[in-house]
Amino acid sequence: MAETKATPQEILARADALKQTLDVTFRDKIVESIYADAESIAAKVVRKAGERQFDLDQKIDRIVTSKVWGLPLMGFLLAGVFWVTITGANYPSQLIALALFWIEEQAAALFTAIGIPWWATGFLWHGVYRGLAWVVAVMLPPMTIFFPAFTILEDLGYLPRAAFNVDPFFKKAGAHGKQALTMSMGLGCNAAGVTGCRIIDSPRERLIAILTNNFMPCNGRWPTLIMLAMLFVAAAFPPSFAAFAAAGSLLFIVLIGVAMTLIVSAVLSRTFLKGEASTFVLELPPYRRPNVLQVLYTSLLDRTLFVLWRAIVMAAPAGGVIWLMSNIHVADHSLTTWVSGWLDPVGRAIGLDGVILLAYVIAIPANEIVIPTILMAYTNTGMMIEIESLSELRHVLVDQQGWTLLTAVSLMLFSLLHNPCSTTIWTVYKETKSAKWAAVSAVMPLSIAFILLFVLNQGAHLLHAVF
Amino acid sequence: MSDRKELPLVGQPDSAPGGECATCSHRENLVQLGINMQDWDYIVALAGNPNVGKSTVFNALTGLKQHTGNWPGKTVARAEGGFQFNGKRYKIVDLPGAYSLLSASVDEEVARDFILFGKPDCTIVVVDATQLERNLNLVMQVMEITDRVVVCLNLMDEARRKGIEVDDRALSRHLGVPVVPTAARHGEGLGLLMRTVAELVQGQIKTAPHQIQGNEEFKRAVAELAPMIESAFPGLPNARWVAMRLLDGDYRVRQALESGELASLMQ
Repeated sequence: MAETKATPQEILARADALKQTLDVTFRDKIVESIYADAESIAAKVVRKAGERQFDLDQKIDRIVTSKVWGLPLMGFLLAGVFWVTITGANYPSQLIALALFWIEEQAAALFTAIGIPWWATGFLWHGVYRGLAWVVAVMLPPMTIFFPAFTILEDLGYLPRAAFNVDPFFKKAGAHGKQALTMSMGLGCNAAGVTGCRIIDSPRERLIAILTNNFMPCNGRWPTLIMLAMLFVAAAFPPSFAAFAAAGSLLFIVLIGVAMTLIVSAVLSRTFLKGEASTFVLELPPYRRPNVLQVLYTSLLDRTLFVLWRAIVMAAPAGGVIWLMSNIHVADHSLTTWVSGWLDPVGRAIGLDGVILLAYVIAIPANEIVIPTILMAYTNTGMMIEIESLSELRHVLVDQQGWTLLTAVSLMLFSLLHNPCSTTIWTVYKETKSAKWAAVSAVMPLSIAFILLFVLNQGAHLLHAVF
Repeated sequence: MSDRKELPLVGQPDSAPGGECATCSHRENLVQLGINMQDWDYIVALAGNPNVGKSTVFNALTGLKQHTGNWPGKTVARAEGGFQFNGKRYKIVDLPGAYSLLSASVDEEVARDFILFGKPDCTIVVVDATQLERNLNLVMQVMEITDRVVVCLNLMDEARRKGIEVDDRALSRHLGVPVVPTAARHGEGLGLLMRTVAELVQGQIKTAPHQIQGNEEFKRAVAELAPMIESAFPGLPNARWVAMRLLDGDYRVRQALESGELASLMQ
């Protein structure tokens, strides 16, 4: 045989024939041999000076992953991160808004002074620029706090422990325990979370993780959630307790997201994506002291600026669209008025209104711009209004537009559950190579959002009518 | 579902290299794997288990600030960077962390395909000095695919803190490839790592990688198949490994054999 050159077909035939003679557990035999070799080499070159050294890590792990303390501690850490974010971001946000809107006024005045037509000034400064300014003011401060805080948890080695804690739930849902890790990534950005699902071996479980990643609110949705928590939830409590209440409501939203993830995963794994949860080995890495300077550097540059840049790129054209829609009039009404009028009955049925739905349509490329769009359509001044303080914002929403706590809760839930942004949908398509699953990833959460909100609001109205 | 499509089949045995540059082994495949080969003299792959400080080594070598995280699965895609050493330019490709190359998941497959079809001039396998035994699995699998391996024994600082001593010379002797102890977070040992890589790609260091032993059955089957593959593809650096994979029923390797992709890997 060795003299004549074998063809690929001959080799394959020989391999198949040999395979017949082998034990079915051949792969296990290979793995065993590798392990045996590794063990014997390691035994010859490694010397340990006493096993006691590992105790601190183990002691911490015993608490962090304990059946009793593990989950409460997780909630506490997450709530802590939210609390720090809310408390710290409030004031800088307002300062940045003031500064950026001042620039807008000056620039617009300058444009008018040198005789540039009103529509060009309006489109550029009151449309595009104002969209940008809103995004920067609303997003930059929370992200500058949220990302480093989250990164520190990550660098400490906490995330795998968190995954370990929630693994039993995923197992019950027929999903993969590593899904908890991809969900954490989704808290930053769903597109990143969807890509991260590559760490899951089984195609079935990976698909479940991809399809449900959207139930983790990404940083594009955090500003909406944080603002609503501050405006409506915090306002319902005395000032000294407001930040805690707001942080608590955010934690609650995340918990609903987790619950939805588990429910949908369980349903999928019992219907379209049938199968058992596969076992896996999750390494609990040693705790490491985070390098604070590097955390700041990487989370600010890699995440904050990256995400902000994306938001800006998306917000600029959206700002332009909003300005145009509000300034192009057909039969006495602006396009904004027309379209939101059509959407209004649907919106009302689920506790929102036409304007909010319109904002969500415009915000498909980037969820970040939902709130600015809503405000602009409400005020109908043909530009996104500037709101310099939260009380003014509350005034517009509550007194002029009749928002209630139920509206705020509905909007928070809608923000959590609705379809992912176009980038994420595109990422799902790229990762699954299937237009069908990409469509499912968009339509499924949207339907869930509509059904849940419809039931919630009709139920609330019914209760209201009875009592 | 898999990313297989993104790693294209080459399928042109005639276009096998050997032309333009004798030292840089495999430009065409690398270009097809999405590597920009302009301005680089050598390609270095960076492999390792998840969470062994691979991204830290990558950053320390390249000066890039890729985000590092203390959890498995941080690097799911490939990151690239480069460094210069003694006037030669090295491109480093940071592969996804993997426990094995038996291609169970997409990220393991990405790593495996790159080392196999990309034929980097050198593969640095980063291992955790505090978890050596578990990490050696991957080292041995990489060594079956390529003999151009440098082991980076990382997290030496953590090992010292935990009172673990690793005899790097003995390890190098047993593995048959160079071993460089490092503490990448503090920049320790990186100069030596670069020098070792340079010496390896220029042929000043010859390696004799440890081969997976296996039981009698394994030895018999591999001993029968590997020479056949070697005769069909003279100069293929990993006939033994291909035999092993075929016996395990690895679809991707089978496909590579049928399409002629494997033939393009002959030296």
